[in-house]
Order: sequence, then C-alpha cells, then structure tokens
Amino acid sequence: MKGSTLVILVVGLAVLFWQVARARAYQFGGSGKFGSLPAQHGWFAALWVLLPSLAFLAAWQINAPGMVTDAVLRDPAAAALPPTGLTRASLLAEARALANGTATGAFHGLARDLARRYATVQVRFNWIATAATLGLALSAGFAALAKVHSGFRARSQVERLVTLLLLGASLVAILTTAGILASLFWESGRFFSLVSPGQFLLGTHWSPQSIDPAAPGDSLGSLPLFWGTFFIGAGIAMAVAVPLGLLSAIYLSQYAASTTRRVLKPALEVLAGVPTVVYGYFAALTVAPAVRHLGMALGYADASGESALAAGLVMGIMIVPFISSVSDDSLAAVPSAMREASLALGATPAETVRHVLLPAALPGIAGGIMLAVSRAIGETMIVVMAASGVATLTANPFASTSTVTRQIVDLLTGEQTFDSPKTLAAFALGLALFGVTLCLNLAALGLVRRYRERYD
Amino acid sequence: MTVKMSARHVSAYYGDLRALDDVSIDIDTQHVTALIGPSGCGKSTLLRLLNRMNDAVPGARVEGSIELDGQDIHARDMDVVELRARVGMVFQKPNPFPKSIYDNVAYGPRIHGLARGRGELDAVVETSLRRAGLWDEVKDRLDDRGTALSGGQQQRLCIARALAVDPEVILMDEPCSALDPIATARIEELIGALRGRYAIAIVTHNMQQAARVSQRTAFFYAGRLVEYGDTSDIFTNPRATSTKDYITGRYG
Repeated sequence: MKGSTLVILVVGLAVLFWQVARARAYQFGGSGKFGSLPAQHGWFAALWVLLPSLAFLAAWQINAPGMVTDAVLRDPAAAALPPTGLTRASLLAEARALANGTATGAFHGLARDLARRYATVQVRFNWIATAATLGLALSAGFAALAKVHSGFRARSQVERLVTLLLLGASLVAILTTAGILASLFWESGRFFSLVSPGQFLLGTHWSPQSIDPAAPGDSLGSLPLFWGTFFIGAGIAMAVAVPLGLLSAIYLSQYAASTTRRVLKPALEVLAGVPTVVYGYFAALTVAPAVRHLGMALGYADASGESALAAGLVMGIMIVPFISSVSDDSLAAVPSAMREASLALGATPAETVRHVLLPAALPGIAGGIMLAVSRAIGETMIVVMAASGVATLTANPFASTSTVTRQIVDLLTGEQTFDSPKTLAAFALGLALFGVTLCLNLAALGLVRRYRERYD
Repeated sequence: MTVKMSARHVSAYYGDLRALDDVSIDIDTQHVTALIGPSGCGKSTLLRLLNRMNDAVPGARVEGSIELDGQDIHARDMDVVELRARVGMVFQKPNPFPKSIYDNVAYGPRIHGLARGRGELDAVVETSLRRAGLWDEVKDRLDDRGTALSGGQQQRLCIARALAVDPEVILMDEPCSALDPIATARIEELIGALRGRYAIAIVTHNMQQAARVSQRTAFFYAGRLVEYGDTSDIFTNPRATSTKDYITGRYG
C-alpha cells in the first residue's frame, strides 16, 4: 500500500475510534459532573491511534529506501555490480526506476535482473509497513479504548498529548534554524580554511570573477560589500524611511481625524504588501534612470544606472510602513495621561509631541529602526535588480555600489563547483550578514523590552 | 465676590448620550467649589469643559456658554492654548512626565516662555514647589525622575507643575482617589492654602473631603445640577431628597 493511502486509512481508523470511545463514554455518562467529557475520551483514543502509527510511518518512509537497497544487494545477482562508483549507482537507480514503472526499457541486463529483485523486495517491505502501521494503530487504539471508563481522566491525558504536539511543532522551526546555522558554520569553516578571516573581513578588493588560485583571499575582501550594504540599507534607505515613517506616524496618531486615519492607515499598510520584486523593477526601470540623469545634471560623470541612491531610495520607501507602524505603536503606548497633562498646561499638540511623546516613545522607535535596518540589509530582491554587481568602496551615492546579498546571489547562480573559494565565500558572507542582523535584532529587542517595562 | 468662571445653560453630549443637561454654575476665587455626585452624573465632564479638554474627545459636543472673566471660551478669538494656560488641571491619577522633578515643573514656563534665563526659571520652580508643599522634600534631588516619587509626592508635583504657569483657575479631577489617607490630608491642606489665590474646582467622590476642603458644593445627578450652595448648607440642610440620600450614603 502506498504511504498516502496508509495515512488516509489511519486517519479513518482514528475517526472510528473517536466515535467508539465517545459512545462508550456516553454509556457511563461521562466521568461524573465535572469529569472528562465524552468527546475528550474520543480525542484520547483518536490521538493514540494517530500519533504512534504516523510516527512509525514517517520513520519508515525515511529509512525504507536504504533497507530495500540493502536487501537487493544481498541478492546473488548484485555480486556482479561494480564495487563502487558512478556505474554502480546508476545501475541501482535504473533498476529502481524499472521496478517502480517510471522507466520502460532497460539498458543493462543486470539492471533488469535487479529490477525484478527490487520489485519483490518492495512488495515485501510494503506489506511489512502496512501491517506494522495498521497493527500499531489498532493496538494503540484498543489499548486506549480499554482505558475509557468512568474514572479515567481523559481530559488531562489529551492535554498532555496536545502539549507534546505543540512542543513538536515549535521544535521543528527551532531545529530547522539550528540546521541552517550548522550548515552555514560548516561551509564557512571550509571557506576560512582557504582564506583567513582577517583577509576576508578587512580586505578592500572584491572580484570573485578573477580569483588567483594561489592566493584566493586577495580578491575576496568583503569590506566594500559590507560598506555598500550599510550605505544603501542603513544610510540612504533610513534617511528616507525614518523621517517619512515617523512623521506619518505622528500625523496619523496625533493629528488626523479618525475618518482620515481610517483611510490613510490601511493605504500605508498596502505598501508593506507590495512584493519586493515589484519594488525591484520599480527601482531598476523607473528610479535608477532618473537618479542617473540627476547625477549627470549635478556633474557626476560617474553617475551609474546601478547607483546606491536608486536602490536605497526604493528600499527606504519599502521600509516606510514598517517604521510608521512601529512608531505608531510606540506613540500609542505612551499613556494618554502624559498627553493630557501636557495639553492641560497649554502646550500645543506639536510641543506635546516634541517634548513629551517623542522622548517617551524614543526607545521603542529606536528599537523599531534597528529592526528596520536589519531588514534592509538583509533585503535582496531590490539590490539584485537595482544595485551593481561590481563592488566599489565609495561614498558617492550616484556611483555603482554592490551589497552582500547581491553578491551571494551572484556567487551561487550559474554553474559552480561547490568547493571552490568563490562559492564557499557565499556562505561566509551569509554567516557574517547573519551575525550583523542577529546583533541588531537582539539590541533592538532589548531596547523595546526595557522601554515596555517602564510603563507596564 | 468676583466670579471667575461661569457656565450658563451648558449641555454636553458624547455622540447621542447627553452627559450634562442645562447646567449653570459660577466658580470664584474666594471659595473652593466641590462637584459631587454619583458616577456618570456629569461632574467630571463639566470640569473638562472648563478648559476644553473635551475638544479632543471624538463625538463630544457642547451647547450653552462658558465664560472666563466674562469672555466666552468657545469664541473664535479665544486661543485654547491660552485658555489652558490660565485654567490649569490636576488629574485623577498622578501623571508626572518621565523627566526630572525640575523639568516637570519647568515644563509649562518653558513652553510659554515665562522665565528669562536659568535664574528666573529656578525661582519659578522653587516658588511652585513651595506652594505645592513639596520643596523641602525634593530640594536636594531636583534632578531625580518625577516618576520615582511616592504617589502623594507625585500628585503634589503635578500641582506644582500646574501652578508654575501661574494659572487663575485650578481644576482638580478626584486628585486624591489614588492616594493613601496621609497623602490625601497633605493635598487637602494644600488646597486650603491655595484658596484665595486661585479659583479652585474639585471633583470628589469623598463626602468628607468635600465637606473639609470646599466652601461651595454642587450636587449633580443624571447630568443635572440638582443643588448648588454653601457647603455647610448642603451637608446640614439639603433641599432635594436626592442630595440628602447621596450625602447620607444611601447610594453612590
């Protein structure tokens, strides 16, 4: 039986046991007045049917292919296989494809022989899986059903199972993050065995297209990239986003009539829903040429169509709703008593915002800005489309500038071998970027938390 | 007796809800006026109308006239900033700014440009804190945060902050409801000391407090001003049965 059919079957069994357990619980009238409800007995039985058998099935699906291959290899015909190497693997793959019916004709006689063997082994393993899964589901179900009697606390048992389920769900995300980090560290470690961290972090020359195999570190200095990243993401983008976001938050929270607010606030939030790739081509096709013309008009001969300014401006616009919503929240978190106290002393709304609301909301706003910076420097799509592929160490906003994320994309696209310093550099860049954003996020969260404590 | 503020036929609405119904009342400098009545009777609404703090409440609407020194506070040429500087307010919960004690008191004088130079500002801060009876307790730690003071001290700081702009009227909205009895007694003493210099209106839920601090008492019930007169009369010889029921603790 196929895995999906088995899952459906097990779920069907669970429904069945749910019904039976509930019906039994109804017979003895639940568990006293405040005892477990019949439905909770039902859930208890259903979860016992589901969890062990599905866990078994998942483990089986992961391990079965290997076990099948092992069994095939024990066949006398397999002795004719070459001991190692590509031919052996392709023969096995061909045999498996034949057995599954995904391939029709065999190129090798050996593959045809093995395919027959594959087919029988797979049928046997399928039967084992089906029997074991259903057996597990049924026995767990009956064991649970046997426990259903009037004194049984199904409610607390179900709660425990649910707790485990929730814990499992949260662990998946955490373990995935840990796995990603581990691979990042592993690949970066390989990179740093070829290039010294000092050379990588402090070198000012970045040209991965022309790496000298004898001294790869000479053309893999990431300083221009990090400079470009901060220049675009923390400099230009924030110069746009912070004033616009903050001022619009002040207007929306302190001045706008409630009808205006009802229209403007969702309109601003729509900006946050624009896909970054749309911002990307807006930056590349509309803003970048305009910026280039402006640069030319201002007398910058090196004004580029892939300027830092174009990417930064558009990124800033993208960040505006984020800054505005964080600032709005921070301003709203200042107790209204502060605002009233100031107004009652004869302060104007502008004076109240400047002297009372902003100072009180500042830590929250600063935290929000740091989060925004960390988002901006991790932002990829806009810079891939609008920033340059050539990394230059320049403070001229009209000149072409590249960023870390843009370079990671460049390094990993196209045909590459996965153990050259060039590709491994992408992981080192990713790790360094991750380090920066992690620090920013931690600092921002710390700021926001300390600020919350002051008023709660 | 000089009338400082007078309300004539004032009705107030929050949307469709009528919070005040045809209220006329005078407030003067010689007497402390207590506004009493059960919750929701409109006394706090009246107080907030007197310095137009209700302007910012969505859906709030006023009818009738309110005058300060004979000048309509809703008139086109009346600046709400000036009105609020002349009619100060102390709130139910102490609400010092998260700034230093000094900066709290100096806030009003600074935004209104009342003091020229640091020396003059220092003098204003000291005078205000002295009048609020807080100077001796805080004179050595003016740079401490206002929020670090005790509840009663915070409320006196808020009173000092209101006094610093030298208002003519002080409105107090249940200023002691968040304070313990000792801090309450300090505030009540203070109100007595401020009488004569400022016209004071105080909203309170505490009958004894109204009897102790005020010379005039207004009893509100369901948005109407039921009875207004000398405090001694109201408490010893109330004319309306609802007043009598309220002050004897039948309800409220």
